[in-house]
Amino acid sequence: MKRIIANLVVGLFFAGASLGVNAASSGVHLEEPGNTLVNTASLQRGAKYFVNYCLGCHSLKYVRYQSLIEDLGITEEQLMSNLMFTAEKPTQMMNVAMDDTDAERWFGVTPPDLSLTARSRGTAWIYTYLRSFYLDDSRPFGVNNTVLPNASMPHVLAPLQGYQQAVFEDVVDDEGNHHEQFVRFEAPVGGELEPEEYDDVLRDIVNFLEYVAEPVKLERQAVGMAVLAFLLVFFLFAYFLKREYWKDIH
Amino acid sequence: MKPDQEYFDRFAAGWNRFVGWIDDRMPMTSFIRSQLHDYYAPKNFNFWYYFGVLALVVFANQIVTGIFLTMSYKPSAAEAFASVEYIMRDVEWGWLLRYMHSTGASAFFVVVYLHMFRGLMYGSYKAPRELLWIFGMLVYVALMAEAFMGYLLPWGQMSYWGAQVIISLFGAIPKIGEPLAIWIRGDFAISDITLNRFFALHVIAMPLILILLVVFHLVALRHNGSNNPDGIEIKKTKGSDGKPLDGIPFHPYYTVKDLVGIIVFAILFSLVVFFAPEMGGYFLEHANFEPANPLVTPEHIAPVWYFTPFYAILRAVPDKLLGVIAMGAAIFLLFLLPWLDRNPVKSMRYRSPLYKVLLIIFGLTFIVLGYLGLKPPTKLYSELALRMSEIYFLFFFISWVYSRARSRKYMLGATVVTLVVISLLDVFRWDPANAALVLQMWLVPAIYLAGFLLLPAFTRLGESKKVPDRVTFE
Repeated sequence: MKRIIANLVVGLFFAGASLGVNAASSGVHLEEPGNTLVNTASLQRGAKYFVNYCLGCHSLKYVRYQSLIEDLGITEEQLMSNLMFTAEKPTQMMNVAMDDTDAERWFGVTPPDLSLTARSRGTAWIYTYLRSFYLDDSRPFGVNNTVLPNASMPHVLAPLQGYQQAVFEDVVDDEGNHHEQFVRFEAPVGGELEPEEYDDVLRDIVNFLEYVAEPVKLERQAVGMAVLAFLLVFFLFAYFLKREYWKDIH
Repeated sequence: MKPDQEYFDRFAAGWNRFVGWIDDRMPMTSFIRSQLHDYYAPKNFNFWYYFGVLALVVFANQIVTGIFLTMSYKPSAAEAFASVEYIMRDVEWGWLLRYMHSTGASAFFVVVYLHMFRGLMYGSYKAPRELLWIFGMLVYVALMAEAFMGYLLPWGQMSYWGAQVIISLFGAIPKIGEPLAIWIRGDFAISDITLNRFFALHVIAMPLILILLVVFHLVALRHNGSNNPDGIEIKKTKGSDGKPLDGIPFHPYYTVKDLVGIIVFAILFSLVVFFAPEMGGYFLEHANFEPANPLVTPEHIAPVWYFTPFYAILRAVPDKLLGVIAMGAAIFLLFLLPWLDRNPVKSMRYRSPLYKVLLIIFGLTFIVLGYLGLKPPTKLYSELALRMSEIYFLFFFISWVYSRARSRKYMLGATVVTLVVISLLDVFRWDPANAALVLQMWLVPAIYLAGFLLLPAFTRLGESKKVPDRVTFE
């Protein structure tokens, strides 16, 4: 009887109904990066890291180099000498130099475009993914990832983070099958940065990726405040107009 | 005479000559007068009566933003996704147009669902407004087609696979199903050809049909006038001047009142457009930020929220063809409502306490089904969806039973017969692995039927109240 009631209650009222339908699925806990778009310095650093470490393989094909000038508060001169390695003119898109067929031959898949990854997978996913490479001899590049198991990507940020070992434990499920379950990472070895410093770098990269996924986000919110202010004033006038007319109705 | 006055008089005379010139050629003034000043609406409209005008406002929003979006959108499989991003990034105010259009699509359904529920609460579909209800339902069906086709256009993963799943439903129809699905797609799978024709249908064919149906809906509305929260015909009680005593001129009273409602709606709409355009993944699904890829199926395909109640019904039925039939019936039964619910009392205000509960449960059932349609079909959720579908359909049956007073014997018989039918359905789909869950969940329709069929037989909870002659108004 208890189970009947429990089933009905769970079914009908959806205790703990999950909000959001984000694409995270591998069951790994995703860490929030805590980045903020208003931090322009962070966006600038993020852009720098991105063109140095990511843009070799991952394009931002919907992003025009030119748009970084105004949005990141840099000069055209700074853009061209520090960030623009894959284009001739600022009006060009942030494409990669690598050929798609070469990429597939070298990595097994074409590295995906990252313009919208912050919207399709979420910033927490990117942040956690970049923290979760671990040594695995069975993989072509010697590393695997707990967020995206069997990812084809090498650990590009290893010079910064170093390499870490993952600790797994053997669990037996209800049907008696054995599974490896991730427990924790051991401290990384051989990186230039302390773990906190590495997280700061990732935060900047994630911030930049959130910006490129929706460059208009801050402007949208600013316009929204103005629109709401106008509507609230308009509401007052309309409300009192209505009240004045409806005085006569009994 | 002051010079200002002179100028004003000359202007007024010129304006009147201009209006007179038009009125000699078409009935402009008399039309406006008959539709606004001389159109008497019940004075007791409440909160629920805003949603009609709001639907009109959202419709206008969709048309205007849609026209501007087509100026930059490219309806081809190779370019569609990129052109949407181009609109979001490079087109002046393109992001605003796109968010207003995408939020408008969801807002349209929010408003229309509330508008329809209003009709249920106050019996607005009953004589003499059956045609008004039918045209409204046709608008709703056309709107679903319009939204479905529009959702393919961004050419994201969910656009593609959602359309793939929905169109494949036609394949369940025996014999003609598969050729029909190919005819709709114009191809063996969703492709560039499908995108192109959906674009044509979305921007021309369906909007034209919608406008025509909305006009019919409004013409039918104006012919008999609006119903009201009391469900009392105001035309029955007229003053010495021939105007309904409980009616007030639409203009200025309802124009100024609707304006307030429109602004409140605009505030809520802006909160979404400017601060949560994805609405947590319900208005713009996360997977749709990835371009369509015919080779990679997303791990979980869910239609947009406004289709999920019907999607849940479809999935709940173990057989594909029967599922499609059930889904169709779920919509078609709404068309028949004026002939199923023949209780002479229109408004739920004067209907029995049990009918009020029946209606609230129907609303909740629709919401729960919508939730289940979004979720992966686990054992528990599938079983629950089936039971909720049964409740959904039983609403129409109970509405019909409640059309007039029934004898105790009749009610007992109806309870037994429906319980046997429900149980037989369980026998046909019997699976020992699921037995406990099926039997537990059997309680859902059983309690529902017992409550709504036996309580009126043994208590006075099924009795309607006396309907007053005049509307209530504070």
